[in-house]
Amino acid sequence: MLGKTAGGLFWMSRYLERAENTARLLETGQRMALTRTKNSAEEWGSVLKTAGVLDGYHAKYDEISKDNAVDWVLRDADNPSSIKSVIKQARDNARLVRTALTHDVWSAVNSTWMQIDEVMKRRVNERDLPATLELIRQQAALVRGATLGTMLRNDIFDFTRIGTFVERADNTGRILDVKYYVLLPTAFSVGSSLDNIQWESILRSVGAGGGYRMTHGEKTRPSDIAQFLILDQRMPRSLHFCCRKIQENLSYLKKDYGFAGPSCEASNALYKKYLDQKISDIFEFGLHEYIQDFLTDLGNLSRQIEIDYRFYE
Amino acid sequence: MSVYFDEMFNGDGSLRGPYEEIGRWFNAEDVSRLRAKQREAEEVFRLTGITFNVYGKAEAEERLIPFDIVPRVISAREWQRLERGIEQRVRAINAFLHDIYHRQEIVRAGRVPAEMIAGNEAFLPQMLGVSPPGQVYTHIVGVDLVRTGPDEFFVLEDNARTPSGVSYMLENRETMLKMFPELFSATNVRNVSDYPRNLRRSLAACAPACADGEPTVAVLTPGIYNSAYYEHAFLADQMAVELVEGHDLRVVDGRVCMRTTRGYTPIDVLYRRVDDDFLDPLNFNPDSALGVPGILDVYRAGGITIANAPGTGIADDKAIYSYMPEIVEFYTGEKPLLQNVPTWRCSDPDSLSYVLDNLSELVVKEVHGSGGYGMLIGPTANKKEISAFRDKLISRPANYIAQPTLSLSTVPIFARSGLAPRHVDLRPFVLVSPEGVKITPGGLTRVALKKGSLVVNSSQGGGTKDTWVLED
Repeated sequence: MLGKTAGGLFWMSRYLERAENTARLLETGQRMALTRTKNSAEEWGSVLKTAGVLDGYHAKYDEISKDNAVDWVLRDADNPSSIKSVIKQARDNARLVRTALTHDVWSAVNSTWMQIDEVMKRRVNERDLPATLELIRQQAALVRGATLGTMLRNDIFDFTRIGTFVERADNTGRILDVKYYVLLPTAFSVGSSLDNIQWESILRSVGAGGGYRMTHGEKTRPSDIAQFLILDQRMPRSLHFCCRKIQENLSYLKKDYGFAGPSCEASNALYKKYLDQKISDIFEFGLHEYIQDFLTDLGNLSRQIEIDYRFYE
Repeated sequence: MSVYFDEMFNGDGSLRGPYEEIGRWFNAEDVSRLRAKQREAEEVFRLTGITFNVYGKAEAEERLIPFDIVPRVISAREWQRLERGIEQRVRAINAFLHDIYHRQEIVRAGRVPAEMIAGNEAFLPQMLGVSPPGQVYTHIVGVDLVRTGPDEFFVLEDNARTPSGVSYMLENRETMLKMFPELFSATNVRNVSDYPRNLRRSLAACAPACADGEPTVAVLTPGIYNSAYYEHAFLADQMAVELVEGHDLRVVDGRVCMRTTRGYTPIDVLYRRVDDDFLDPLNFNPDSALGVPGILDVYRAGGITIANAPGTGIADDKAIYSYMPEIVEFYTGEKPLLQNVPTWRCSDPDSLSYVLDNLSELVVKEVHGSGGYGMLIGPTANKKEISAFRDKLISRPANYIAQPTLSLSTVPIFARSGLAPRHVDLRPFVLVSPEGVKITPGGLTRVALKKGSLVVNSSQGGGTKDTWVLED
């Protein structure tokens, strides 16, 4: 396979995953804003920060308002991480690697772009926002279904999966990075209704409310949430789950190619350093430092993969 | 009654032989169902991404080439004649190219003037003395044909560089098969779907001697913003070969290699969809980012086959076109089976003065133009356009040729008002290898959708039709 093709598959998957995660983030932000009318600017600020688009927003707008924040995250062409921008980039990458995709995967990606492009020609008003976000999630599910159902389990598939899980780990990490303080055991967090809303919102932003209840019951406790998002082995958006998948797919490539670059070892080291742990150790080390270090190492791993498999010249 | 030859209906409104089944089917069909099918077809094309980019427009603009559901039908007898004529012509083109880049016998014999070659932009001195594997220069040719009567076919143009449109031939057929399977059960239409397999086989048969085992073939594209990118991806996909861009390639140890996830792998045959000028920044246009530095040197040393060979443009140049009858006769020793459209070379003073006197009846084309740009269609042009063109002609006569306005045949399209005749042309696709010349029974029928228009180019509002060649 061409190095460029591996890169195209990797980025196509990252962008699609990012679109879905950003949609979920917006949904959560919208819900938070509806629940606590007072501090809505602060809440939208945290959404922008989690999506990594706060600086860009401030370059365009002075104050944070709900409408502008939603538009910036959803469809602004000046924001390279807006949902519309990333879906366009996912589609461009899919075109680039068209020969590596099945017909079903290609038409799923192409139809996603065609529908999003249509829906986002104009500002999306509040009434239509839920349906728009739902459309993005549905299309992401369609692409995923086509990928799982029609693609050969070969190196093409491996690069697709690696992209998905690098992006997903990054996303879960960012949510924790921005909201870590809510999960810290302090004298004040005694389970007030405000805390509960914050905790719920963290779970909601990774689509894990139901999974959490199934695992830990109806009582939300910050350390359980942290454990669930970081270390749970069955939660498909936990750092543990994502890293396992990255490791797994890199090892398939190693087997398939008969060689492995430094990234394969780096993925094992990442796992060992951050996930072969107890949640109490992580809190002891410091949740915030832990997450920041993890995100840095994940970024380095991603770059090493790009080098090992010759994505670029 | 129309002055144009209609391929479906006789003057008295009865159906011509090859169209009997289609006519019966159409009359029995419900018009609103057909309209729904037409929309459905466009949706399929859009979803599949069968679009082309319009140059000079915003990058986001991907347009659909309109597809018309009424097929264009060619009888077995008509096709046999065309096939023989095309094969003769394509063999002559290859012999001509070999000669031009070697001894130039045809120039020595005085059949083609020396200045037509040496002074021609499409002539590549770098190709002198180079013999491509199997002596094949034009691995893929598209011969543009027009028809003016039951037995009158003319070659309008030879496309010997990088002819495009074959993906439409294949996708149009797929679409028709999906939408109207019943039509195919009732008729004996010849299959076109093995084109990609034949293409790969034909390319592999031209591999250089250094190829080890099953030859590695790749398609070279300028990238996703090229107007024909869809076709490049489609062909690579169908042939199960890599689709590469210039920056995926580099010369390693005398071979052109592609950067794969496992390292650099040599390519034996490169089906390039990049023009000569952009192929090699070291040997041609130094600003080109689309090509591979040094590929021409590898090629000349026999390290790779480039299809089509660099420098084939000298054979499909519009000025050379006018010499095609002589060229065919010179190399095959036979009379041409397919006619050329009579052509005035404006470089010749007598021809120029005739052309200037008759501009309103002629079609004038730029020698190096393509895509229907830079041409004058006298009968439909206004006075201002004609006088502007006259100035251009006088200042650079050698840049132009002129031809009579042909009464192009018509085939009906399914228009708002029902069946309506529109002008068409036909581009069959030809593969050349040491194993022989293979012509796919079918081709790309382009149709001018505007009433009365003679311009069928997709960039100028043309559409396409599925093209049926019937079995005997």
